[in-house]
Amino acid sequence: MGKTMAEKIFQAHNGGKEVKTGEIVFANVDLVMGTDATVPLAIGEFEKIGKAVFDPAKVVLVQDHFVPARDTNTANLSNQMRQFARKHGITHHVEVGRGGICHHYVPDSGLCNPGDLIIGADSHTTTYGAFGALGTGVGSTDFAAAMATGRLWFKVPPAIKVVLTGKKKKYVQGKDIILKLISMIGVDGAAYKSLEFTGPSLKHLDMADRITICNMAVEAGAKAGIFEVDDVTADYFKKYHKKKDILRLKADADAEYVQEIPISISDLEPLVAEPYLPSKVKGVKELQEIAVDQVFIGSCTNGRMEDMRQAAKILSKRRVHPDVRLIVIPGTYAILEEMAEEGIMETFIAAGASVQSPTCGPCCGGHTGILGDDEVCLSTSNRNFVGRMGSPSSRVYLANPAVAAASAVAGKIIHPEDLCNE
Amino acid sequence: MSNILMGRALRYGDDINTDVIIPTKYSNTTDPKELGKYCLINLDPLFQERKQLGDILVVGKNFGCGSSREHAPLAIKGAGISCVIANSFARIFFRNAIDMGLPVIESPEIVEETTDLNDLEINFESFICRNVSTGKQYSIPQYPEVIQKIFLAGGLINYLTRSE
Repeated sequence: MGKTMAEKIFQAHNGGKEVKTGEIVFANVDLVMGTDATVPLAIGEFEKIGKAVFDPAKVVLVQDHFVPARDTNTANLSNQMRQFARKHGITHHVEVGRGGICHHYVPDSGLCNPGDLIIGADSHTTTYGAFGALGTGVGSTDFAAAMATGRLWFKVPPAIKVVLTGKKKKYVQGKDIILKLISMIGVDGAAYKSLEFTGPSLKHLDMADRITICNMAVEAGAKAGIFEVDDVTADYFKKYHKKKDILRLKADADAEYVQEIPISISDLEPLVAEPYLPSKVKGVKELQEIAVDQVFIGSCTNGRMEDMRQAAKILSKRRVHPDVRLIVIPGTYAILEEMAEEGIMETFIAAGASVQSPTCGPCCGGHTGILGDDEVCLSTSNRNFVGRMGSPSSRVYLANPAVAAASAVAGKIIHPEDLCNE
Repeated sequence: MSNILMGRALRYGDDINTDVIIPTKYSNTTDPKELGKYCLINLDPLFQERKQLGDILVVGKNFGCGSSREHAPLAIKGAGISCVIANSFARIFFRNAIDMGLPVIESPEIVEETTDLNDLEINFESFICRNVSTGKQYSIPQYPEVIQKIFLAGGLINYLTRSE
């Protein structure tokens, strides 16, 4: 019987010993990642185990959720993480001003390769599937245990095969593909399973699209979202990391799936998820006329250079609506630099956007754009739960960066073509 | 953890996420008691007044979806909740609960037949849950072996420090 991508990765990390779907294995991990939102809680648990860090070069600690600190408490939590990193000689402790959002920083620093098994104390660790790795989110205690032992228990997940066909229309992005999928299967439709992406469309999906799709795999409950490794992946590793030989991870032709979902992306229009679930999806045209107070472009879902370019194209020679605050947060400082070099920074500033330091910002209600009572935000991030970005009476809609930029200009949710064809 | 829990059922619905269990603005501490004060505040502003020590949350599907922040199960523990019974759990929340020794039971049958404020008795030796108010008994699905060991050790860290 052939193997899915998840089975292949777990087998390789189980000493090559045969694994079966549903089986619980203790697997070796390639990387253990945590943030200032989760590491402080892990420190006490880690100290109880009384061991050194299993490999200081394989532990990545990123300051991204609450930095620059928003209050004394979060400053103290960040400091705990700094002291911990120094004490244990952690090679990759990433400060604000130097890294960015963990899920952009990790792959862009060459810390994530096809076939890797990565655990992160952040639910959106599923992002690493864009690079052919199995990334999965865990809590602080699992993180502490893996940091001490380099291993963790996992149930080998059943897999859902998602076959993508066709080519995206203008203004359609990875965000629309994943919103479509979540709307089809629901917020627990992939619970405990891996979502494995394949099909003839892959050659049309850049790394930014794949990052968005894998990032939000967890919004359907998935343990992991994994793209098969193709020439697009290979080009990324060649360009950014000078790597010519990468593992061309693919499922076997006779691998067993619990479900197969075909999606023709040619038929997709830009989509929007309404409050308060990412599965409540409508076409953008059905939601036009909803006025917005704030637009947020960024996050681990849509903070890539490609996302910034999309937004800038629409904002060029336009102004943000007087009643709207547009907050733009690129994923990393490297992206921020690229924005400056390409003149995109000027475009955002001229349009009246507030461009912020690469962090998680308002996505989880951390800082830099918290919503007040009854406010409406259109966000390119991944969750629109009650009170996620601030007041429990605020409402968050999710959409791609092109829709977000167009809506910031129009002051209401709008299809980019309706703005750009005016 | 005691092997027999007794408490009142507090009934809530589907897809209760971690941001609702404990909003980020209160997650700037790791103190369970402090977190417990704001548990479920965005779902039921009266939760703090309603709850009593040892109450059992009985909820719908996909409980704990969202963030991996362990502040969520910690807030539930800090609020004095002794156990969560759900139709289904989100994966990370389930792991986190087991890891920190918060009992979690997946049982659509119990959820369906339990009403708000029913008295429940849960026995983790016999793996029987009894609804004292209705007199009905249910068997609790057992965890897979590894999870069972972690759970009985009182959490992952206890399990690791004892077994290695």
